[in-house]
Amino acid sequence: MSILVNRDTRLLVQGITGREGAFHTEQMISYGTRVVAGVTPGKGGSWGVGNTPIFDTVQEAVHATGANVSIIYVPARFAPDAILEAADAGIPLIVCITEGIPALDMLKVRAYLDTTGSRLIGPNCPGLITPGEAKVGIMPGYIHARGPVGVVSRSGTLTYEVVYALTLRGIGQSTAVGIGGDPINGTSFVDVLKMFEEDPETEQVVMIGEIGGTDEERAAEFIRTKMTKPVTAFIAGQTAPPGKRMGHAGAIISGGKGTAADKIAALQAANVQVARHPGEIAEIVAARL
Amino acid sequence: MNLQEFQAKRIFGQYGIPVPQGEVATTPAEAAAIAARMGGPVVVKAQVLVGGRGKAGGIKLAHTPAEAEEVTGRILGMSIKGLTVKKTLVDPAADIRKELYLGLVLDRGRRRVVMMASSEGGVDIEEVAARTPEKILTVAVDPFLGLREYQARDLALGLGLPKEQWGAFTRICQGLYECYLGCDASLAEINPLAVLGDGALKALDGKMVLDDSALFRHPDLAALRDEDDETPEERTARLNDLSYVKLDGEIGCMVNGAGLAMATMDIIKFYGGAPANFLDVGGGARADKVAAALRIILSDPNVKAVLFNIFGGITRGDEVARGILAALAEVPTRVPMVVRLVGTNAAEGRAILAQANMITAETLAEAAQKAVAAAKGA
Repeated sequence: MSILVNRDTRLLVQGITGREGAFHTEQMISYGTRVVAGVTPGKGGSWGVGNTPIFDTVQEAVHATGANVSIIYVPARFAPDAILEAADAGIPLIVCITEGIPALDMLKVRAYLDTTGSRLIGPNCPGLITPGEAKVGIMPGYIHARGPVGVVSRSGTLTYEVVYALTLRGIGQSTAVGIGGDPINGTSFVDVLKMFEEDPETEQVVMIGEIGGTDEERAAEFIRTKMTKPVTAFIAGQTAPPGKRMGHAGAIISGGKGTAADKIAALQAANVQVARHPGEIAEIVAARL
Repeated sequence: MNLQEFQAKRIFGQYGIPVPQGEVATTPAEAAAIAARMGGPVVVKAQVLVGGRGKAGGIKLAHTPAEAEEVTGRILGMSIKGLTVKKTLVDPAADIRKELYLGLVLDRGRRRVVMMASSEGGVDIEEVAARTPEKILTVAVDPFLGLREYQARDLALGLGLPKEQWGAFTRICQGLYECYLGCDASLAEINPLAVLGDGALKALDGKMVLDDSALFRHPDLAALRDEDDETPEERTARLNDLSYVKLDGEIGCMVNGAGLAMATMDIIKFYGGAPANFLDVGGGARADKVAAALRIILSDPNVKAVLFNIFGGITRGDEVARGILAALAEVPTRVPMVVRLVGTNAAEGRAILAQANMITAETLAEAAQKAVAAAKGA
């Protein structure tokens, strides 16, 4: 078992003919992900990377191929539309890689998604991977290995850093999910923690948070009251000054809220072991196996 | 992107919010002329993007044009929290009876735009929130329904405004909400919203923060960016599409990815050093971008060592290595450099850098310790 994506994932790529979309589609296919369709309006009827059939609309693609997960690589100004189109076509899992979507657009998109049966991962995220089964994202596949640790993170390369350290120690991952660095996203830490708690393959969880917002505090509350599996956490941005955006749109301490110290305190109060630096995460996880 | 007070109030005025008819002065003589035209007492306000201008002496009342000229002369050129005042706003003085607070922010947890109001206006709202949170009233706005009249009325009632002011207050609330949406703001704040002697409401101070991700659809607002408000390094970073924040430490950092960049800063601190900056070169960073980033880092005289932490995924180690060499050829330096390359094409990258005189490291912990040691030895 694993969560969200696996061997049965039939992936649709929105924006398959763009530079990013084409490059990563090739990478996903060579990892073994079943890419069944691509969508680029106006290019329906042609064939994309890996001989993937291209459609004009998501609806057509779903009808013809039975796609059940969509990944979005379209530019920020078109991404909200792409997410809504996927949801309206009934795709249950939508992964949006795109960075730089205006927050007020995401506010509406998320409120609309809540009225549908679709789950969004991201935006501004690396995607997710179930090692050996499906890579739905832009992460380098070879740094992962299959195993008992669930990983959930707001970051991209910091997740690679942690996952690679686990893999080099011979500790594999059930699924690694990047929920993204934007202030309004589709899936929270709590959503993913709940899935890992229910997943029989996942024995322990690594959670990588960062400054900004209160998603980590909510996660701490969930861990304290609902979780039985051990969680190891790291919070990036302990040295970040207030009021400055640290790369990610969501990584900002504003109005005195969202500091690393608050998040670490909340997690420690929930009996989560918080690593002092990324290298410590794999050590803590190894000691718990 | 932050707007200056005079810009924010001008925009508020376009959305029907009553604002003082102020003018901008960049010389004392201009301020005197504006005050003479206005004909009464004026307030001269430093236009810098920091809080606490009043306490710093950047806001002064002047009763005559001569006095306006004199205080403007004192305010211009003043340094407030490290920023030099180059502009002042001259507003007609107002007969203030009461100061309220009215603001809109994006509440991430509730996933709503939230309107906040308080009877404790004119002071730092964060202090009010910390000391007397019950004095801040909030209403959450549904993104599809918008701010409704009854919600604004609830706030008016909560603030204890008399019935005669409900209409004007509601129009200001709705104007501010329309302004927030229309500009893609992440913060829009009137503080104080003053109740004047004649019972009218007026936005005496304004603050707006715009969502950088939405500036593409607001070229008029993007054009309001004032080059005086950013350092040359911040400007170079912005034009090269680099995420950069200057800090006070001695170890320059170049990292790909925001989370990893923050973690790199943190681990430098953990091993007893201090980061000089946050810098994310982004995904797929090419040689020219890396070179621009290195020039920014080396332009900081505090920097005693540079740490490169690159986890190759989309970003290729060999590309980054070439960028570092290109930058070093342009900007020769004696600052010690510690490089840690992992992931895609890391071996090729390390081979390219072997000819340069650089300290290498396998893990992030090792790299941080070596950078801290190098900075102390320099």
